[in-house]
Amino acid sequence: MPKELWKGNEAIAEAAVRAGLEAYFGYPITPQTEILEYLSRRMPELGRAFVQAESELGAINMVYGAACTGVRVMSTSSSPGVSLMMEGLSYIAGTEIPAVLVNVMRGGPGLGNIAPAQSDYNQAVRGGGHGDYPRIVLAPASIQEAIDLMGLSFDLAEKYRMIAMMILDGSVGQMMEPAEMPEMMEVKRKDFDWATNGAMNRERRLLTSIYLNPLDEEKTNLRMLKRWKEVQTNEVRYKEYFLDDAKYVVIGFGTAGRVALSAVREARAQGIKVGLLRPITVSPFPYEALEQLIPQAEAFLVTEMNMGQMLDDVLLTVRGRVPVEFYGRPGGVVPFHNEILDEIQRLVSGPLAVQTDPRESWLTRMTA
Amino acid sequence: MATPNNLVYERPEAFTDMPTHYCPGCTHGVAHRLVAEVLEEMDLIHKTIGVAPVGCSVFAYNYFDTDFVEAPHGRAPAMATGVKRVLPDRVVFTYQGDGDLASIGMGEIVHAAARGENITVIFINNANFGMTGGQMAPTTLPGMKTTSSASGRDVETQGYPIKVSEMISTLDGVGYCVRRSLHDPKNIRLAKKAIRTAFETQVRGLGFSMVELLSTCPTNWGMTPVDSLKFVDEHMIPAYPLGDYKISDAIKQIKI
Repeated sequence: MPKELWKGNEAIAEAAVRAGLEAYFGYPITPQTEILEYLSRRMPELGRAFVQAESELGAINMVYGAACTGVRVMSTSSSPGVSLMMEGLSYIAGTEIPAVLVNVMRGGPGLGNIAPAQSDYNQAVRGGGHGDYPRIVLAPASIQEAIDLMGLSFDLAEKYRMIAMMILDGSVGQMMEPAEMPEMMEVKRKDFDWATNGAMNRERRLLTSIYLNPLDEEKTNLRMLKRWKEVQTNEVRYKEYFLDDAKYVVIGFGTAGRVALSAVREARAQGIKVGLLRPITVSPFPYEALEQLIPQAEAFLVTEMNMGQMLDDVLLTVRGRVPVEFYGRPGGVVPFHNEILDEIQRLVSGPLAVQTDPRESWLTRMTA
Repeated sequence: MATPNNLVYERPEAFTDMPTHYCPGCTHGVAHRLVAEVLEEMDLIHKTIGVAPVGCSVFAYNYFDTDFVEAPHGRAPAMATGVKRVLPDRVVFTYQGDGDLASIGMGEIVHAAARGENITVIFINNANFGMTGGQMAPTTLPGMKTTSSASGRDVETQGYPIKVSEMISTLDGVGYCVRRSLHDPKNIRLAKKAIRTAFETQVRGLGFSMVELLSTCPTNWGMTPVDSLKFVDEHMIPAYPLGDYKISDAIKQIKI
């Protein structure tokens, strides 16, 4: 297919349609509403299900119901709406069925604002809903990547009977870029042996997240963890830039990673041996890729559009062996490349502490 | 076991063999049986997906021999919407109590009805939260004692009962909305006819259908099963009048 100019949110919607989306349930919230609007036109014209729900609670439970039948289904929302969906996500996880959710993140907490942010990393990656459950979380940095990951989200959700969530900040949702759409996939209902589709000539099926006997729930938890180990082995995705000879390593996902890449290029032009690791799957996190950088790294710089959330995953991996510094812009602020370039230069000029919480020194600098 | 020649009553085919967990005298069992009989009579067992609620009937899925899913508290109408929209030729019903439907799930039920979702809702009104041990529900009668309204529901501070059928019947998406009672054989027969009509409404694509069933909760009401049935007759029915709140013209034509 030729490249076309796509708006992020509409590209996500069309990519989902082409990946075989059979049902969409959503609720308006900025900055993702264009997905809902686009699909309100597109789905009916293809004879597929579209409902504007009464709330995000309604939307996620419609997703839950449709997911139980084994069709490709998704919802999309933005931070406050995703908080409302956490109940449903926990149930979907506990029922071990595939579902896809896109969070076009905005500044928070609370009502916050409608500017791009990455402050729902912990909510997405660590859980958010109640109970013990793993989930796949993908973080695109461009519209093309969002398109590509959309199809992958459905594949992964089905393969592992798990929630696949795509988190992107509002800027990826709102901006326009040239991108290439995949071909339209033929919708083929798979004959899953768990789907409650009321089909004749078989034993009845039950889908539930209730395990009243704690030993059964424990067994379920362990089964999910075992499946998660497979995900960790097979599905880690990330991008490396200029890392071969890098002594300094910047780590950032989504838009923060993309801005960091500009800064890394400028630093390289100045002769600084710096590279970038950009996780694409933030869950499973690329711990191994990061581990392999530790022998060559003199320092890491984690950059995020939040107060340091992925930072904890980096600290867990590095465990004090190399200094880790942090630069974040929370609240809906997108960093400029020269801010990150300044941080890279600070890294090079040192001195850097290994033992302190990088958030502390960052906070001191931010509030000075 | 050989079938006796004079067999006049047996378990409906739409039931599994599992005995229910309901308290003695509770009318959930009666309501379950009526739904099961209707599914069997209409030959719908193998194309039905039930949606169980949170509450005493959380285990409804153990008793019906159909596909079943189990919804979060109050969300059954949303879940049923998701199922029905992708499988419009299947039969989808929710079975919900008054805590589930009229309290936490009020948003979902109203909007499913307003959209005219082609699903059937069996709504059990026993004026309290049964499973958690008899707390006040939106349907608890004024002055009625519950574990969270120990001196009786005080409408000044705890508000008034919600009349669900009256409210739902105002919505244009609703095809069929009636209230029946399970307190005596005559009313049980009328309830069954209503449940049949509700499923007929769905099968014919005539919009949202709901049957509210006044029910007993002897354990939490602190009454014998017989006294509970009397309580329905003497106190519940005056507060929640039985009747046809909405029957669309097309549904009136249905001959059963």
